[in-house]
Amino acid sequence: MAISVKVMRRPEAGRMSYMRATLKGMSLTFRHMVRPTKVTLEYPEEQPELSPRWRGTHRMEVHADGRPKCVACGLCPTVCPANCIRLVGGEDDQGNRYPIVYEIDEFRCIFCGMCQEVCPVEAIHVGQHFENAEYGRDRFVYDLDRLMEQDHPVTQLWDPSDPRSE
Amino acid sequence: MGEMQELSTFWFVTFGAVKVVAVFTVVMAVVAYMTLAERRVSAFIQDRLGPNRVGPFGLLQPIADGIKNIIKEETMPGTAAKFYFVLGPALAIMPAVVTFAVIPFAAPLPTPVGTVDMIVADVPIGILYILALSSLAVYGIVLSGWASNNKYAFLGGLRASAQMISYEVALGLSVIAVLLLAGNVTLTEMVWKQQQLGLWFVFPLSLAFIFFLISALAETNRLPFDMPEAESELITGYHTEYSAMKFSMFFIAEYAHVVTASALMATLFFGGWDIPFWPGDDMFRHEGAWIRGFDESGAPIPTSPSVLITLLTLAAFSVKTGFFLLLYIWIRWTLPRFRYDQVMHLGWKVLLPAALAYIMLIAGTMLVLDQLGVAYGMLYGLVLTAVSGVTTLAFLFFVDRDRVISGAHRKRTTRARAPRAVADPAGRTPPS
Ligand code: SF4
Ligand code: SF4
Repeated sequence: MAISVKVMRRPEAGRMSYMRATLKGMSLTFRHMVRPTKVTLEYPEEQPELSPRWRGTHRMEVHADGRPKCVACGLCPTVCPANCIRLVGGEDDQGNRYPIVYEIDEFRCIFCGMCQEVCPVEAIHVGQHFENAEYGRDRFVYDLDRLMEQDHPVTQLWDPSDPRSE
Repeated sequence: MGEMQELSTFWFVTFGAVKVVAVFTVVMAVVAYMTLAERRVSAFIQDRLGPNRVGPFGLLQPIADGIKNIIKEETMPGTAAKFYFVLGPALAIMPAVVTFAVIPFAAPLPTPVGTVDMIVADVPIGILYILALSSLAVYGIVLSGWASNNKYAFLGGLRASAQMISYEVALGLSVIAVLLLAGNVTLTEMVWKQQQLGLWFVFPLSLAFIFFLISALAETNRLPFDMPEAESELITGYHTEYSAMKFSMFFIAEYAHVVTASALMATLFFGGWDIPFWPGDDMFRHEGAWIRGFDESGAPIPTSPSVLITLLTLAAFSVKTGFFLLLYIWIRWTLPRFRYDQVMHLGWKVLLPAALAYIMLIAGTMLVLDQLGVAYGMLYGLVLTAVSGVTTLAFLFFVDRDRVISGAHRKRTTRARAPRAVADPAGRTPPS
């Protein structure tokens, strides 16, 4: 929704009515009071509808054989503005690069989604998910296994040719 | 029938104690649920749902709040005047809970040992007791504002005292009109007089009711007159430094004042426990017997109290009080806060002279009616209703449309018209 500004002009002196304005206000609030439609979303029972471009908890895509798709190219730790991705890359005997350590600190992450955008093999994703409360701080550094376990839908990136996702 | 069996001293004391405990409990329960109602109604007004998690419909929320407030840590500001800081909330809450004592809440209840008045203390000074005690509440506020040693709290306390003094005047003057018509200060007699008039005092004294409503809002520090708290200007005013149960004592005090003011409005202007259009519940002690009224020849019509009537009148009283409680909340979530000078302006320059003039008018009309020999009854009331109605319309006409009170734009035009005016040391605006 586009933001629009409505400039309210003060009525000239002698042209405003306090009594009627008060009564009008009272009737307006009364109408809202008895109106059955409320905007409150009763959250744990009702789930909010997330936008397809919602950027939340990360998720690492996996190959069919269970290996992470990441090729340890090092682009995401480089681009990450919050510097919260820790990557130690390795290479197996066929010369395939893979991440030995891949950790994302969800506390430092600003959920900009640049890691997803930059990833050449579409391995790391931000997801349409936000319920990531934990009992301790140490649980917020997601390691590779944890990232691969996530199964929420991933974020749809903004497409410049289709700016409104139509 | 109609004969009255007086309570013996033993039963009088027993019932008195029971009534004290019962009324205190009920008032406190209403106060607790007022906090919930305030939050729920405000939420509904803003298209939200409000607290509905604790218990069904959030009905246990006040208990949860109470527990939270009791187990919370109390903070004591290092620079506060400790004794007065602790004394403040106690002083604020005491007048609030004792004023309900003189309000009759139902028709007398018959018991095997005699008839029990449904009022905690039927003291002969009635309304004067309420006026005297309710104004004491400001001591608690001023004291806590000062003792906190915090500039915002101090400003809140100052504002509270100025506002209380200003509106106490208008409140007292609007009550005088009621006293004139009722001819007595006890609230039981006021209910009876309204039953005899056949009209609730809100009709013959409509302007007094408006004054009373405005002043009661100001006296209880509720929006649009919550100058002492004024969150957006003074943090929370006089209770800025208070926490936990001391903080909630101010809240209890405020809501208890609201409950008392609502009950008082119902009693003074809406017939108290009277059930409209039904003379069967009219009841008054007259020369040692219960009477319902007087017939044409002036002979008293006897009646007798019954449990059913007590219950029905209690319900009527609760409905009326409940309506005013809702009105309080409803006004609070509709109107914005007045500016401080507007509050003072309204109190001293509008309400005070208008209330004085209105008293003269009512007294004059009553004098004329008495001279003409019009009996105290329906006709008497209707004449007063007509006079008051015209005055009310005139009053509303004059306060409307910037004639008497004006908003910020008026200030701006004055400033624009006199741009080069030099402010005098007292800071007054020069006459334009
Ligand atoms: S979303 Fe942004 S901040 Fe978070 S890990 Fe990816 S690049 Fe870094
Ligand atoms: S950009 Fe993609 S492939 Fe490269 S290190 Fe990050 S997750 Fe792995």
